[in-house]
Amino acid sequence: MLKLSRYVLYDIIRNKVIIAYSLFLFIVSFSLFQLEENDSKAILSLLNIVLIVVPLISMIFTTIHYYNSYEFIELMLAQPLSRSGILLSEYTGVALSLLSAFFFGVGVPVLLFAFDETGLALLFAGGALTLVFTSIAFLASVKARDKARGIGSALLLWFYFALIYDGLVLLILFSFSEYPMEKFTLLLSALNPIDLGRIFIMLKMDVSALMGYTGALYKDFFGSGTGIIFTVGIMLLWIVLPLWWALNAFKRKDL
Amino acid sequence: MIRIENLTKRFKKLQALGDINALFNKGQVISLIGPNGSGKTTLIKSILGMVKPDSGCIYVDTKPINGDPSYRSQIGYMPQIGHYPDNMKVGHLFNMMKNIRKVSDAALDTDLLVKFNLVSIFDKPMRTLSGGTRQKVSAALAFYFNPDILILDEPTAGLDPLSSEILKEKIIEEKKKNKLILITSHILSDLDELTTHVMYLQEGKMIFLKDIGTLRQETGQDRLGKAIARIMRDGKKDALWIDEVLAVKETGITD
Repeated sequence: MLKLSRYVLYDIIRNKVIIAYSLFLFIVSFSLFQLEENDSKAILSLLNIVLIVVPLISMIFTTIHYYNSYEFIELMLAQPLSRSGILLSEYTGVALSLLSAFFFGVGVPVLLFAFDETGLALLFAGGALTLVFTSIAFLASVKARDKARGIGSALLLWFYFALIYDGLVLLILFSFSEYPMEKFTLLLSALNPIDLGRIFIMLKMDVSALMGYTGALYKDFFGSGTGIIFTVGIMLLWIVLPLWWALNAFKRKDL
Repeated sequence: MIRIENLTKRFKKLQALGDINALFNKGQVISLIGPNGSGKTTLIKSILGMVKPDSGCIYVDTKPINGDPSYRSQIGYMPQIGHYPDNMKVGHLFNMMKNIRKVSDAALDTDLLVKFNLVSIFDKPMRTLSGGTRQKVSAALAFYFNPDILILDEPTAGLDPLSSEILKEKIIEEKKKNKLILITSHILSDLDELTTHVMYLQEGKMIFLKDIGTLRQETGQDRLGKAIARIMRDGKKDALWIDEVLAVKETGITD
């Protein structure tokens, strides 16, 4: 299986998009650290970019890569290889290249300028988001019948998680503001990996006081050891479940 | 060697395969014939595990094919239209397949590679190859690992007369080695000198599976094309049949 991943990686490195992506991240993070006097302000700006760009690029790149390597997958299916092995090695190849692009682009500047707990939290959240959205994109592309639908649904999912979801949460909180919603908001945040990543870093930055009562609640919960385990666990679920679903769909698919 | 039992497959409204039963043995060259959309490619893809049947079972060497993919190591498959990764070079492709199949150099059959003079284009990327050259690559790959079962989907379509002749000679050579060969083709004159059995499919149903001697005797025709045409005309199965030209029947299936 790892042998196949090698060919996938080789193919990805040749198409240069991944190199452009890591250079982009590197330039942005580097210049943010140069521009801002305060490193933690720079991290905050970087956080916003990471939360938007990383999921978007992971989704789009993965879906396009999946459709581009359709021929490769077809060729492999006629060989003595199992279907789950083929899809998993595709996943490993894509995830590894996106992760290394992220760790080069954001990781190196963070380690140089802001090597502390917050910086590491940012790296963890970015890495986890890369894996989560690669999984979701695999699910979207395996389920979709053609390229247009696949990329379209990937984009829609990104819109949902990055933009629409927050609006929905606000709406719910606003309409039910008379009721005690603390536990419920905690649950809501677990349903969106981007939110989860944001809260995870915010709490490490001591700006949670700005988040009011819920912020205090989050701090109380996420700040503790169980809170961290909970976040990591939910992130893992977000990685594993879509991938598992995609694997099941792929096993039953006619190609 | 291959046993098919009650194989059924339906694509939405279209009955692609309806209750197919067949037994193919070593040393046989089976010609799969039938109009476009009669289910030939679906049958082949089912044997390869690319299409999952709705019901029924396929056994290769008495083992059912669901689950363990290792049976495919005995199969060489030449697709109707070969899809290959665009950026991959021809030499690289052969190397990769060798790596995946884990076959020692001594066991490889490089006959077609030499005869089609593919070694000279080893450093060309696959996307620059013409349709015919791709077919040659597909053919060389199918025979490369010296498999016991060869599945050739329209092998001579798109090949120039000389290459087509080379391929036919190669098939006859393999037939003498007591291998099982499955061929689909619309060029019945090509099949004439190769085939030992004829399997005729129409609208997903198997009309007959006979050896060529019986077929010739029954119809009183020496040439395969005429024999088939005779049967069809007698049975008035399909008025569109004209000698060696198989009529195009639009049933909507992507062949």
